[in-house]
Amino acid sequence: MSAPSKTGPSRIEDAALLTGQGRFLDDMDPLPGTLVATVVRSPHAHARITAVHLDAARRHPGVAAVIGPDEVLATLRPFPLSVKAPTPYYPTATDKTRFVGEPVVVVVATDRYSAEDAAELVEIDYEVLPAVVRTDQALEDDAPRLHDQADSNVATDRTFTFGEVDAAFDRAAHTVTGHYSFPRYSSMPMECYSVVADWQDRADGPEVTAWSNFHGPFSMAPVVAGCLGIPTSSLRLVVPADIGGSFGIKSAVYPYIALMALASKHAGRPVRWTEDRLEHLQASSSGSDRLMTFSAAVDADGVISALRVDLVDNVGAYLRPPEPSTLYRCFGNITGAYRIDEVEIRARAVVTNKAPTGLNRGFGGQQLYFGLERLIDDIAVELGLDPADVRRRNLLHADQFPHATPSGGIYDSGDYHRAFELALENVDYERLRKEQAAARADGEWMGIGMATIVDPSATNIGYVGLATPVQDRTARRGKSGSTEHVRISVDLQGVVSVLLGTVPQGQGHATVARDIVAQHLGLPVEQVRPRVEMDTASTPWTISSGSYSSRFAPLLTSALLEAADGIAATIRLAAGVLLEADPDSLELADGHVRVIEDPDRAVEFRHAAGLVHWDPGSLPDGVAARLYEEAAFTPPQSKAASRTDQINSSLCYGFVAEVVVVRIDPETMRVSIENVSSVHDAGTILNQTLLDGQIHGALAQALGGALYEEMTYSDAGQPTAGTFMDYLCPTSAESCFPLVSDHVVTPSPLTRLGAKGSGEGSSMSLPVAIANAVADALAPEGVAISSLPLHGNVLHQLLHQTKGT
Amino acid sequence: MKPAPFAYVRPGTTEDVLAELGRDGAKVLAGGQSLVPVLAMRLGRPSTLVDINAVPELNRMSRTDGHLRVGATVRQRQVQYDDAAAAVPLLRLALPWVGHREIRSRGTVCGSIAHADPSAELPAVASCLDATMVVTSAGGAREISASEFFTGAMSTAVVPEELLTEVRFPVAADGEGFGFGEIARRHGDFALAGVAVRVRTTTAGPEARISCFGISDHPVTRDVSPQLRAALDATGAEPDGSGLGRALRDHAVAIADDVVDTGGDAHASAAYRRQLVAGLVSRHVARAYLKSVRPNREGESS
Repeated sequence: MSAPSKTGPSRIEDAALLTGQGRFLDDMDPLPGTLVATVVRSPHAHARITAVHLDAARRHPGVAAVIGPDEVLATLRPFPLSVKAPTPYYPTATDKTRFVGEPVVVVVATDRYSAEDAAELVEIDYEVLPAVVRTDQALEDDAPRLHDQADSNVATDRTFTFGEVDAAFDRAAHTVTGHYSFPRYSSMPMECYSVVADWQDRADGPEVTAWSNFHGPFSMAPVVAGCLGIPTSSLRLVVPADIGGSFGIKSAVYPYIALMALASKHAGRPVRWTEDRLEHLQASSSGSDRLMTFSAAVDADGVISALRVDLVDNVGAYLRPPEPSTLYRCFGNITGAYRIDEVEIRARAVVTNKAPTGLNRGFGGQQLYFGLERLIDDIAVELGLDPADVRRRNLLHADQFPHATPSGGIYDSGDYHRAFELALENVDYERLRKEQAAARADGEWMGIGMATIVDPSATNIGYVGLATPVQDRTARRGKSGSTEHVRISVDLQGVVSVLLGTVPQGQGHATVARDIVAQHLGLPVEQVRPRVEMDTASTPWTISSGSYSSRFAPLLTSALLEAADGIAATIRLAAGVLLEADPDSLELADGHVRVIEDPDRAVEFRHAAGLVHWDPGSLPDGVAARLYEEAAFTPPQSKAASRTDQINSSLCYGFVAEVVVVRIDPETMRVSIENVSSVHDAGTILNQTLLDGQIHGALAQALGGALYEEMTYSDAGQPTAGTFMDYLCPTSAESCFPLVSDHVVTPSPLTRLGAKGSGEGSSMSLPVAIANAVADALAPEGVAISSLPLHGNVLHQLLHQTKGT
Repeated sequence: MKPAPFAYVRPGTTEDVLAELGRDGAKVLAGGQSLVPVLAMRLGRPSTLVDINAVPELNRMSRTDGHLRVGATVRQRQVQYDDAAAAVPLLRLALPWVGHREIRSRGTVCGSIAHADPSAELPAVASCLDATMVVTSAGGAREISASEFFTGAMSTAVVPEELLTEVRFPVAADGEGFGFGEIARRHGDFALAGVAVRVRTTTAGPEARISCFGISDHPVTRDVSPQLRAALDATGAEPDGSGLGRALRDHAVAIADDVVDTGGDAHASAAYRRQLVAGLVSRHVARAYLKSVRPNREGESS
């Protein structure tokens, strides 16, 4: 089947969203009599709770319940963690508070005003403890200990060696090493967290129903159920069709589902909690910050034979699941787009007195490639080579696919050289270097940066297992999977319904699903009605369900075709009855079912559907009158981690090549983006408009991390970017720069349409491409760039330090 | 993020407003662009909000006696686009830098001046022009010059029972040119550093006055006439903007050293702010001078 049209119709989601008809959870009132909660949070980064006084708040008018650590400990259990670590994590602080903004008490009242008034009456006595904030501090033996039962603040520490790494370094003409630091930032969805929870005591135990803007991964459903002490099937999660953005950040709403369920138990009524922006900035989630060292064994021509990688993620106060996954999401593609056969990886996560981290668009990729792609540029500088040439000498070639990486990745398809050369040509790289030479002669700071990265999609969640050493992993209890589910049904007028449990947050899944099903069944798009709905009580799902790791394009569209195949087979059978023809001689086209060899012999699709509903007795014997099909696309390539610690951590591996041109104003030290050339290979393009939108969004998110946004903390652990006056998201005024976006298409052989995910690519590549460009611009000054964000004040300070004045 | 309880009144006359302001803990609500977030975060807890938006005489703007008079509820965007305000070119240069369009549609000129944020634009404009603030209480009105008005970060000479009823900006005279510029991390943010400039060139020679903001706890105003004259001596009588800017550069560095007295923050260290001020002062003093001698080019600064 050929892909749907490249331009495609506009999104069916937009009319409602643009006219204020979107229905977000805070607009909905699913249960009558719902009360409203507010959360009392820790003002201290690290403190022992010595007493909690709730009586005054409980007596306040309009208050239904006030719960604190005692109530939490009486009913809840610690959330099951991804690794065995003595770092118990509850939805509130119980013994100590470990970050500013950590929930301690929940007040439930008739309305948010009364709840906040009563919250002021809550008194908590603290014994303030010394805080540990920086990653390097957390690694020190005598650092303040966050979790009393733990030996140190290192929550996980694993080393993996694939191949003859030491020998390769011994042989190498050069060893190039770089120390880098990646900052902590978020994606700032417009809508904050929102939960409505209802606890009901039934004869066979408690049942919890929760509406929330949680978009998965649904592997968190058993984590919440584990905390609540109930079977996963006793926890019903419902997600509204509209979610106001997430980019991974809202996956961390789940601890509040458990907390509000407990609040509902005590209030005896359903409880709503809507997070405000201050809470969101202080205590929701973000990508993890990372300290890292990368070393490459390099020959005289710049060819890399081996890589050593030392990663230390700062995951904040708790190893909140799915952390420490930031370390492992890119495990199979840790050698990037390059042919490197020997690799050693040390992966550590430390706990500190900062807010817990989690999924953020690009998850683990922006951190990994910041190190790897800075290192490539450092190799170029050290060997006196053009950074484009270093990449050319190491990029995988088109005839090397499928390519097995030393850490277990199996790259499905690609033509990295063609894509990279296209990215260079689109900005006339040779001319740019001449322009730069002229600019430098005039004393101007102009720089050219690039990044060539593998863009993994359709995560195999089995990578989480790698955090546990092989001897501790139970045999035959492996974890793997990147399945996706869909249900298609046809009504008696031939209208096709598509039920999507993909929990989108604005991506346009419904539009793409409609177009694909319509094309596959030969129907006008109007005859296909997608419905976005996740209700774990009725929507097909497994733990790998959810909107994360760019799963929709590769997985859901494959499931759609599997289910549509089943529908088409039944329609052909029914049409065969009407046409008195062999079903195998029929095709679906133009709203009809017709004989391939004799297209004038045809019946309408709706009549064939009608026969199944109205006259199943006329179907051939043994044929079920079934016009609903469920499919679970289950790629066999996504296996659990091997006993040798290798894993194919994603199903598909796309590619991004980016070239960035910057200038730096000598007075303001401001970095201006003069041009960006971006080439994506996402396999088959399903919808050009939506793909463009994903690329633009990823670029804007990356721009924020590269130049503006950072979740900063004082040494005492106080957040210093706690409002939008200090946490600076780029606005439209900052996000305008010339962009040449282009595509190379190498279809994936593993998905039905050849599509790969493409929601994250540039969020992984642009931060380091900008850093490389700034490093290139300031190379004459001897300034080293090893972290982000790069705004005027930072560059002023770097230049100042370098000059030694 | 919901305010603590408060009473709300919306009087129809200035007299009633002043009577309400006589109560303990009363606070004026005009455009609300700074006050409402403060209430929502419970950083401020007035007992009564006195909404002045229903008082017709406070919503007036007029040009009389060589002044542009801007009433307490006149919106920033009204001033930006009203023909009467063209008589005060510095206001027109500064207003596009105040927040975003939506903020300027609600925010008032008097409110920004009464709020006295150290990195806000309008207090610097008032300081540079030495505008007159008319402050009224039940006991009568008094006039305060800008040099006496701004007493520190978020603090002014206004006492709780008083209302800033009007600001009077002197209209531009012949031979005056203006400059305005600021550096913020993003468009619409409070400035890391900024400068408002007035140059008056007469037969006696040029006089220059600057007010810098974002660099101290209140706008810092300096007479920089000697520095401008020295730079002009170096460039000759008919300099171009960039030549004069370069000639002013060393002077501007010294001025920046003098005026910047903040400890710095995550967005800009004191040293970085000095670098920004030096660039802004040299560029905008040069532009204001050129406009003072070539008045047809007014409106091109920044």
